[in-house]
Amino acid sequence: MDRLLFGDNQFFGVNHMSEEKARAQSLRFRDIQAIYEVLDAAYEEGVKTFMCTTHDRVEEICDRVRMHPDKYPDYQFFPCMPYAHKYANAATEEGIIGAIRRFSPEEGFLSAAIRGGVSLASKDIDGIVRLLIDAEMKMFHNVKTPVIFLQNVVVDFVLGLGMTQTFKVFADHVRSRYNAEPGFITMNLPMLVPELLRLGIENPIVCSNINKIGFRMCGGFKAYEETLRDYKFRAIAMSVYASGSIPADEAIQWVCTQPNVESIVFGASSRTNIRSTKALVDKYWSEATAKNSNV
Amino acid sequence: MKVRVAVVGLGKMGLSHLSMVRVHPNVEIVAICDTSKILLSIMEKQTGIACYSDVHQMMKETKPDAVVIATPSRHHESLVRLALESNAHVFCEKPFSLNWAASNELASLAESKGLINQVGYHYRFVAAFREMKRLLDLGANGTVSHVLAEAYGPVVLRPKGKSWRTKKEEGGGCLYDYAAHPINLLSWFFGTPSAVSGTVMSTVFSDDTDDEVYGTMLFGKGPSAQISVNWSDESYRKMTVKITAWGTAGKLYADRQEFHAFLRNESPQIDGYTKGWNLRYTTDLTDPVWFYVRGEEYSAQLDYFIQCIVAGKRENVNSFASAAETDHVLALMIEDATQGRVTSGVPTAVPPVRKKSFFRG
Repeated sequence: MDRLLFGDNQFFGVNHMSEEKARAQSLRFRDIQAIYEVLDAAYEEGVKTFMCTTHDRVEEICDRVRMHPDKYPDYQFFPCMPYAHKYANAATEEGIIGAIRRFSPEEGFLSAAIRGGVSLASKDIDGIVRLLIDAEMKMFHNVKTPVIFLQNVVVDFVLGLGMTQTFKVFADHVRSRYNAEPGFITMNLPMLVPELLRLGIENPIVCSNINKIGFRMCGGFKAYEETLRDYKFRAIAMSVYASGSIPADEAIQWVCTQPNVESIVFGASSRTNIRSTKALVDKYWSEATAKNSNV
Repeated sequence: MKVRVAVVGLGKMGLSHLSMVRVHPNVEIVAICDTSKILLSIMEKQTGIACYSDVHQMMKETKPDAVVIATPSRHHESLVRLALESNAHVFCEKPFSLNWAASNELASLAESKGLINQVGYHYRFVAAFREMKRLLDLGANGTVSHVLAEAYGPVVLRPKGKSWRTKKEEGGGCLYDYAAHPINLLSWFFGTPSAVSGTVMSTVFSDDTDDEVYGTMLFGKGPSAQISVNWSDESYRKMTVKITAWGTAGKLYADRQEFHAFLRNESPQIDGYTKGWNLRYTTDLTDPVWFYVRGEEYSAQLDYFIQCIVAGKRENVNSFASAAETDHVLALMIEDATQGRVTSGVPTAVPPVRKKSFFRG
């Protein structure tokens, strides 16, 4: 994995702090050309991995990369699925099963099961999970997707319900069908990591908020520190600036010294920001590496 | 102490509550209940939790200490009564019940039995609205004269969809689903309104239910309020509730993410607040939760419910009595919407009757 991954919240009107900022971003990136410009700037600055939701607009970005293989030889996507809003809205309209049915490519099978009132066998449930993954992955055909993530709202929902065999189904399918590493985004790192290991998912990639002030690090700062130190997994840090609460320099310096953190995912809307973030990461990560190798 | 909890109704809200409460350190889930056999078969296989399709049997066999009820609204009344009569503490999804007289009766029943009772008006657990409540109680913006209470979001965007949420008699519609939230916040801030008037409940896309709700409320000698709610507004990415309060000493505003205070006093005497604009982010004001699925407020309200049970705390920020008050206001608005208006003589526009055609069934 690259040290620095480019996130997509800024492109799709998501801002955890302010709806006004979200709206301004949404306006700025209304034209997909504006998104291309920022992605190109990131690529030129050496940030070549786009960690993105399976939002409809990402399909256009995939098309562009497919059409210009010479321009983006090293470009790779880390898809994060599903784009949860479409499921949530469908669930409000049609219930949970209705929502799954709407997005399931083999709608007929599930509809028949519901009409017949039959109970589903575990293998059927696993089959539905695989079909939903395949539906989300369609837009990424013929582009590189070395890591495929399950979004935090799904990961944490499934973790809370205790239906964690689903993680294993996801991991196995992503490995066998897409030759990719499974990734998990979570707001509950200390609870998730031991569970993934218990399920036999080895050295899993887990992305979560990791920041100096403990912002949205559920289970507590100390539990995060212990998890990072004591378990064998590959961490990706997000929200390293804690929605702008920590100065960039201080935030990156701290993250780079944390054990097990392999990458940082960040969002930016300008080349200047991308360049300065890249410079900070290069500086502090090499410092941290040098320090570790001296020990 | 572990509270033995059962969850009834496994729709979007029920599953969401189950996912948070199951991993709460003070909770043991003893049973779940729903009418969907296919869903129960999945849950039983994947979670190992005892599954029931008959709620009476569930109550009898598992005797839970507390019940979380998240069924379609029209079932709330009978299920809450059943749970209370079985001496279980109850967390019920909003709206509390579709019959406000019954809501009051259930509130009294819960109180008389000494049972913890809470309704899922989660905005009372959003830090920005809590901060607004705190400043209003401190009189930060003087005497409040007017309030604007709004909610917008993208729920019904086309004439289709069939679920209980699209059926008026089952508590569907924008009034119970969306408007209930800002109205509940108004009662929290200013008490029960003394009058409602000018209520408009109209359809944008739905056949049977309201998609928009507008109206006026008066709070005795307190402020007047305007309600503006529309769940057919795609310009919002998700549900957005906003409250603005104008007062003699300034203006307060809150939404899920931000709290703004414009204060006129030279020295407002409130920690960290100064004359002019003040801005606080929910992200800074929010306390951490033990488990996060979809927003701290959802976790926080369940934790509060469980902690009330553990500590035997009788006062609840979202008690049945407070939710019954909201049910009453909603009923008043429905009544007001059908009242005669002061008319000008110009014929009232009649909504066009949708004709059946080849293109629109």
